[in-house]
Amino acid sequence: MKLELHRLSIKSLKFGDNTGFKDGTLTVNKAELLEMISEDPLLGKNIDVDIAMPGEKTRIIPVKDVIEPRWKIEGSGQVFPGMVSDVETVGEGKTLVLSGCAVLTAGKIVRFQEGIIDMSGPGADYTPYSKTCNVVLVLEPSDPNMDKHDYEKACRIAGLKAAAYLAKSCAEADSESEIETYEYADIKTGMNSLPELPKVGYLYMLQTQGLLHDTYLYGVDVKRILPTIISPLEVMDGAIVSGNCVSACDKNSTYSHQNNPVIADMLKRHGKDFNFVACIVTNENVTLADKRRSSSYATKLAHMLGLDGIVITEEGFGNPDADLIMNCWKAERYGIKTALLTDEYAGQDGASQSLADSCPEGNACVTAGNANEVIHLPAMEKVIGYAEEANVIAGGWNGSLSEDGSITVELQAITGSTSELGYTKLGAYTL
Amino acid sequence: MAFRVVHYINQFYAGIGGEEKADYMPEIREGVVGPGMAFKGAFKGGAEIVATVICGDSYFASNMDEATAKILDMIREYKPDAFIAGPAFNAGRYGTACGAMCAAVSKEFNIPVISGMYPENPGVEMYKKYAWIIETPDSAAGMRKAVPAMAKLALKLLKGEAIGKPSDEGYIERGIRKNMFYEKLAAERCVDMFVAKLKGEAFETEYKMPVFDRVDPQPAVKDMKHAVIALVTSGGICPKGNPDHIEASSASKFGEYDITGVNDLTSETHCTAHGGYDATYADQNADRVLPVDVMRDLEREGVIGKLHNKFYATVGNGTSVANAKKFGAEIVKRLVADGVTAVILTST
Repeated sequence: MKLELHRLSIKSLKFGDNTGFKDGTLTVNKAELLEMISEDPLLGKNIDVDIAMPGEKTRIIPVKDVIEPRWKIEGSGQVFPGMVSDVETVGEGKTLVLSGCAVLTAGKIVRFQEGIIDMSGPGADYTPYSKTCNVVLVLEPSDPNMDKHDYEKACRIAGLKAAAYLAKSCAEADSESEIETYEYADIKTGMNSLPELPKVGYLYMLQTQGLLHDTYLYGVDVKRILPTIISPLEVMDGAIVSGNCVSACDKNSTYSHQNNPVIADMLKRHGKDFNFVACIVTNENVTLADKRRSSSYATKLAHMLGLDGIVITEEGFGNPDADLIMNCWKAERYGIKTALLTDEYAGQDGASQSLADSCPEGNACVTAGNANEVIHLPAMEKVIGYAEEANVIAGGWNGSLSEDGSITVELQAITGSTSELGYTKLGAYTL
Repeated sequence: MAFRVVHYINQFYAGIGGEEKADYMPEIREGVVGPGMAFKGAFKGGAEIVATVICGDSYFASNMDEATAKILDMIREYKPDAFIAGPAFNAGRYGTACGAMCAAVSKEFNIPVISGMYPENPGVEMYKKYAWIIETPDSAAGMRKAVPAMAKLALKLLKGEAIGKPSDEGYIERGIRKNMFYEKLAAERCVDMFVAKLKGEAFETEYKMPVFDRVDPQPAVKDMKHAVIALVTSGGICPKGNPDHIEASSASKFGEYDITGVNDLTSETHCTAHGGYDATYADQNADRVLPVDVMRDLEREGVIGKLHNKFYATVGNGTSVANAKKFGAEIVKRLVADGVTAVILTST
């Protein structure tokens, strides 16, 4: 498999008559974008599109998902397969990427588990999405009493459609793009190459507790799958999509799936430090039987592939800690070495234990920080969305929003702040 | 102007006497006493010991609450910016007193508190979460080593400087997790650690896996027909509107709610405050998380004696173990006082 990412570097955004790319600027035809999104009868009449740029005194709250605009200009399938396009296999050919740009779904809250993105100030340091030029969809349900699952889906699809639309509209500018080439061998070739290096894989855990805690693979609800193998290049084409309303800090946004930094780093070190032969996706279901089945199946796949080691990333916290730990010790008992990537809930004072489960085999553990640590976010000049949601979102409390417009919350409430795909530089140490 | 420090020492270091004087009552003297001289030198003018508290080890151990309150009162008028206790080396009662005073002063005045102890001093295990305890040798022969390290850390804390890892600063690990920005992405750090582990090279985990409490279940209730059963949940069920504003995540409180005469929880009367699961079905019918309806059936059928007329609820989502322990202890106290036989705990 060979995939070329054609990156157009987006430096600024503006509204205009024709959606397209010129000289680093993405122009967005607001009416056209709105018209496309409002096709969905589940979305209300008062939906809007706004723009938020790095460094602006702007706060976006509540944010549901972040998506990077991409569009396949060559090769089979189309981005976000099974979601807003056909189900055909992706991961090869050429994909246009609007680098430095993101679509945010915001507006009326779906549920508590949505987040805050500050484009400047102290909060901006904690979210990767303060550095992107953001096209913000301000959404609402057509019926305020709409079933939350329907509204979640409507928001999810609106974001994906907008992201695909923006990139598609820039296809003519492809000649200006910078090209990155990724190659990924089939397993037979992969296994036979680099015999001197250890064979390793990536065990990619996806949040699938159900009831608004869902992730989709080629449009399939991941809680219904048995662990399976995927090529990292498919992930770049949006084969994995977030449908999550789980705490904002450590839900893996669709953007972070598309740009999965563990995959990026493992591809970079492939051929030098190890032979990266397989990526296994697994779920995090709620019942004990499901946890046991999926962890046994996922580690069995790693064992069948003869892997010497796997990197394991978790999504979410608490209940999924049990899945992480089962994956860890089951792999280790096969003789497969593991390194874990998680985050922590050590309490606001940092004095409590950070994980809900543990095992002695988990002796190589990297964390993306303590999500309970409290941060004060000064007032911003502009708020896109609804600031009062700070009082109810996960990580906030009654009184989080002060009269002066400042917000005091746990990092938990900041989108992507303790990303368990490791998309930030945050971590923790023990005093 | 130099920072103001109050120093705590025992009767021995004050030169009053040994074991025979260990019941010495607390007193405060202006300026330095005993090892305070060494601190004076180590502070190099950056801080000044304005007063020294002296208390006998036995007196403190036998009258902890009273001694603590008295000493806090003595300290108050000196308006300290920091509090130093000891060093206590391997003296158990002295270490415990130093730790207890550090914890009390930190809570009362919210100022940096520093002590020094040998790692096996029982005061370490009891108070390391509440105080900065510099690791010292096991006897007073280590004074020359202990004092400069304690003074250095105190000055850093007073100036509000960032405190490094235990091994860099010389204090005993407190078990408190603190965030920091690393140079690399967490993903890159993880792959680095992975490669080191694969190659059999040395690596340092960023989080040592915790060891958990294991609680043995109580024996079964033999006489259910006369048992009073209470419902307690971490699933966030509360009267509609969440009157106590229990947080959706990282709860700081629990609620106690009366269900006298309530046979069924409905969407009109109850909801969930929990932010960790999809609340749709709990909001539609809170009995799904807190089964009042079924318990009333069992009550009518005579299977149980009675459903307790109060239920307790908090949100388990992202809530620290420390808070959960605190809630649990308080809820149990109330349940026991009300004569409850057994509890059904529901999670989500």
